[in-house]
Amino acid sequence: MATDSGRMTAKGGAMAGFLLRRLLNCLVLVVVATSLAYLLAASALNPRSNYEGRNPPIPPAVVDARLTELNLNDRVPLFERYLTWGRDVLRGDFGKTVAGEPVGDDLGRRAGVTLRLITVGLVLGSLAGVLVGACAAVRQYGTFDRLSTGASFAVLAVPTVVLANILIIAAVSFNELVGAQVLLVSGETTPGLEGGFPARLVDRLQHLILPTLSLSLGLIAVYSRYQRNMMLDVLGADFVRTALAKGLRRRTALARHALRTALIPAVTYFAFTFGALLVGTTFTEKIFGWHGMGEWLVDSISTNDVNTVAAISCFAAFAVLVASLASDLLHAALDPRVRVG
Amino acid sequence: MSERGECPAGAPSRDGHVLRPEPPERAGGARGPRASERAERERRPGRPGAAVRAEPVLRVSDLDVTFGSGTGAVRAVRGVSYEVRPGEVLGIVGESGSGKSVTSLAVMGLLPPHARVTGSVRLTGHEILGAPEKTLAAFRGKTISMVFQDPLSALTPVYRVGDQIAEAVRIHRRVSGEQAARRAVDLLDLVGIPDPARRARAFPHEFSGGMRQRVMIAMAIANDPDVIICDEPTTALDVTIQAQVLEVLKRARRETGAAIVMITHDLGVVAGIADRVLVMYAGRAVEVGPVDEVYYRSRMPYTLGLLGSIPRLDVGGRRPLVPIGGNPPSPAALPPGCPFEPRCPMAVPRCAEAEPPLEEVDAPGHLAACVRAGEIEAGGSPPARVQRAETGGRTAGPAAAPERPARPARDGREVVLAVKDLVKHHPLMKGTLFRRRVGTVRAVDGVSFDVREGETLGLVGESGCGKTTALMEILELARPQGGTITVLGRDTSALGARERMAVRRDMQVVFQDPLASLDPRMTVYDILAEPLRTHGTGDPGPRIRDLLRLVGLDPGHAARYPQDFSGGQRQRVGIARALALEPRLVVLDEPVSALDVSIQAGVINLLEGLKSRLGLSYLFVAHDLAVVRHIADRVAVMYLGRIAETGPVDRVYDSPAHPYTRALLSAIPLPDPERERARRRVLLEGDLPSPADPPSGCRFRTRCPLFKTLDESGRRRCADEEPQVRPFGEDHGVSCHFAERLNVV
Repeated sequence: MATDSGRMTAKGGAMAGFLLRRLLNCLVLVVVATSLAYLLAASALNPRSNYEGRNPPIPPAVVDARLTELNLNDRVPLFERYLTWGRDVLRGDFGKTVAGEPVGDDLGRRAGVTLRLITVGLVLGSLAGVLVGACAAVRQYGTFDRLSTGASFAVLAVPTVVLANILIIAAVSFNELVGAQVLLVSGETTPGLEGGFPARLVDRLQHLILPTLSLSLGLIAVYSRYQRNMMLDVLGADFVRTALAKGLRRRTALARHALRTALIPAVTYFAFTFGALLVGTTFTEKIFGWHGMGEWLVDSISTNDVNTVAAISCFAAFAVLVASLASDLLHAALDPRVRVG
Repeated sequence: MSERGECPAGAPSRDGHVLRPEPPERAGGARGPRASERAERERRPGRPGAAVRAEPVLRVSDLDVTFGSGTGAVRAVRGVSYEVRPGEVLGIVGESGSGKSVTSLAVMGLLPPHARVTGSVRLTGHEILGAPEKTLAAFRGKTISMVFQDPLSALTPVYRVGDQIAEAVRIHRRVSGEQAARRAVDLLDLVGIPDPARRARAFPHEFSGGMRQRVMIAMAIANDPDVIICDEPTTALDVTIQAQVLEVLKRARRETGAAIVMITHDLGVVAGIADRVLVMYAGRAVEVGPVDEVYYRSRMPYTLGLLGSIPRLDVGGRRPLVPIGGNPPSPAALPPGCPFEPRCPMAVPRCAEAEPPLEEVDAPGHLAACVRAGEIEAGGSPPARVQRAETGGRTAGPAAAPERPARPARDGREVVLAVKDLVKHHPLMKGTLFRRRVGTVRAVDGVSFDVREGETLGLVGESGCGKTTALMEILELARPQGGTITVLGRDTSALGARERMAVRRDMQVVFQDPLASLDPRMTVYDILAEPLRTHGTGDPGPRIRDLLRLVGLDPGHAARYPQDFSGGQRQRVGIARALALEPRLVVLDEPVSALDVSIQAGVINLLEGLKSRLGLSYLFVAHDLAVVRHIADRVAVMYLGRIAETGPVDRVYDSPAHPYTRALLSAIPLPDPERERARRRVLLEGDLPSPADPPSGCRFRTRCPLFKTLDESGRRRCADEEPQVRPFGEDHGVSCHFAERLNVV
């Protein structure tokens, strides 16, 4: 046992070393991605135009001073602006928005909104998607398989904008039918709502249902296709036959042996989706009036807000890389062939 | 062994199994006096002696399996009936496509839903064919269990081995998880897994193929089944591991008293383990009987053909193999009448009229489906006799005995290939998540041999011994990592591009998988023309016609694509391609191991004939020692990247000096029930060590039976000093400090 624990420590050491190296790589990637995003935003966006065409016109010297204060002055060489920005970011300061407020404050709040929006949708969507895919694969070319395949392709073919608006129309008619505002179509909460915690929770849920549906429908479509293929790969596998030969019922054998093995890729894919969705739900946020990261990105581009765009890009890069790390770790946790090399 | 034979259902033996004359081979039988043997049998429950009286545990009758429907329907199994009694081993043999595996899956109810199965399968008296899933699941794993062919994929990769066995226990018994886990450890111990408590916590990928097959057996016997179906359980394993697994199966039968249905294409495996044999051809049983009856008094020309077409490990000198002409019929397009008729050397017009029924011949329990079964000698027709009849028949031609030409002594002939101290190491990378170099695989680690003009050197060894790596290094014609390769007198490390091209012309290769090594988008003409054009020959047409005739193919088929040919014909195309440039040295990488035995014999004969006609030299890489004995003049046995023993075939096979050669030879089952039963196996322990971390000193010492008998100083010498190949008589080299001659086959 002594050698066993020794090997374990060695393995643990190797694992820690590997994680460190992996983190370092991630960090470099985050720096590169964010720098490129900043350089692109700073050269393409024109914050000066925000101050033009005002009545009365703002004196150019004032505009220059204001822009310099925000580190947005296009008369300062790009590289110099980049260095200033970079120094601040290293200190944890993402600069100020065009309105002069610190970007960092908004970042936390907006990320929170997006998180509340996507968590339920993502979990629901991927779970349902995996289930639909697995069931479709078990009865390949059966009625359910054909129906789910058709439905997935339909959802995948419809843009989110259209899907979300269809949902809103359906919700409104549902509300009329019931005669009460059951499904709320805009915002995260009803402003100025009176009542204790239970009332506020119900209100939040009412707001959450539609955007969650719109998110998860797309995810179900993607996951079901993915899981169906994974499942078909293992259904004919020898180990499923072994499980049947042991005396397991088909249903148990499929769930315990086939699905468990086929789940590994889906779970790792889940981590990636999570990272991508953190800044990728622009349409859903815009349409349902949730003030999250996706909406913020579009808004900041339209207001020529270089610092905000760079901060969001940094956040996105970070989110994606953490997600990929998480997906690797999940893969290792689920698949002993990776874990126990 | 007539007392072993059971009568088929409904055909009770008339003579009651007594007072049968002793078969001649039994006189002074290998296993001692008959009376004591019989007494011993009866003491042990579950042995065939008792089995005669016992009711069959599994009775399959008129089993039909059809895939598809309408005109495209394929009848994979046609009216197969058999039964096994407790403790009895029934061997089902047949070539690929004969329906043997489908039969067993149908019995287990594991065929896909689109297969239509009719007939009857009675397991301990219960009809299970078409039973509801619940009933079937209750039988599976408890009363009837199965061991599958490919142990690498038969275990769920994400669960621990112990848990998978415990699951099999818990499905059928109400025991706690802890009890089931303990039972799993006991079972692992029973099937010979060292340190079972710790290994139970390992995952399948941490086990070698042989170990995984042991786990499969442990799972199969977890609930003391009455019947174990083994579907090619050792086909994917190396011979020394096969010997171990067969031992485990025998132990499993002793422990459980179960009947075993052993499905295999290997007539040697069946000879050693089976009590009765069922030979399948084109989805039908064509001969059934006690193993000695079927092997020594075969009544079906197909069985005779099979027995005559396998090269024998135990027969020195050169007896030409007798291939069965033609190819097995496609189950979708069976010939009218007897399905073997188109290939049968004894066919008469009557054979094509109707399919002969499986009928009892004069020995009880021995049935054959042949209209001429009665003529094929009542009372012991040795396969050789019918073989002679066959060679006189339609299979004559390329099969005609290649006379060994008189030739100058070995020393007087030119060396066409000389390999000296060849080294090839690969970096070993590990892990998907933690990708890193963890060591060096010493695939080939100082190997020397030479091939002289007109001779065949067989390079043999188990998988992972480095034989294919050595061959690839030679084909590369580049400077090896270490050592020298001299092809036709030219050192490969000094070759320029043009010279290399010239040497390539004289050294050609034939690969293992004929389908993968021929471009499916090229016609046979293009395949054969390619080397000719590359080396600048004018019109390749006449040469291609000659080549096709040379390898026994119809020149008119040059416009066809590889997929239009059968496996054996494809390999002939591969051989023709190798011969296109009139090479002097041909390197063959397992050229017949992908072929069925009846086809294999034809290709071996072809290779032998070509060698003597064209004066070729072969480097023949193979894992099948019987094939090598048949075709090679000299043999080099490799173990873990080193040569263990090298010398003339007859000398190495008849008196091997290295303990590994001895173990290897003794592990190969002979298709001869009497000799197979009498043999004493040298069982090697454990698996091949990793070539990334070979043992110090002698690489074989960790598994060496000789090492165990040595005293302290001898062992230290094995552990400290790596043995070099030292001469052991004329042209015979052995790398063992304590080599001695012994007979094993």
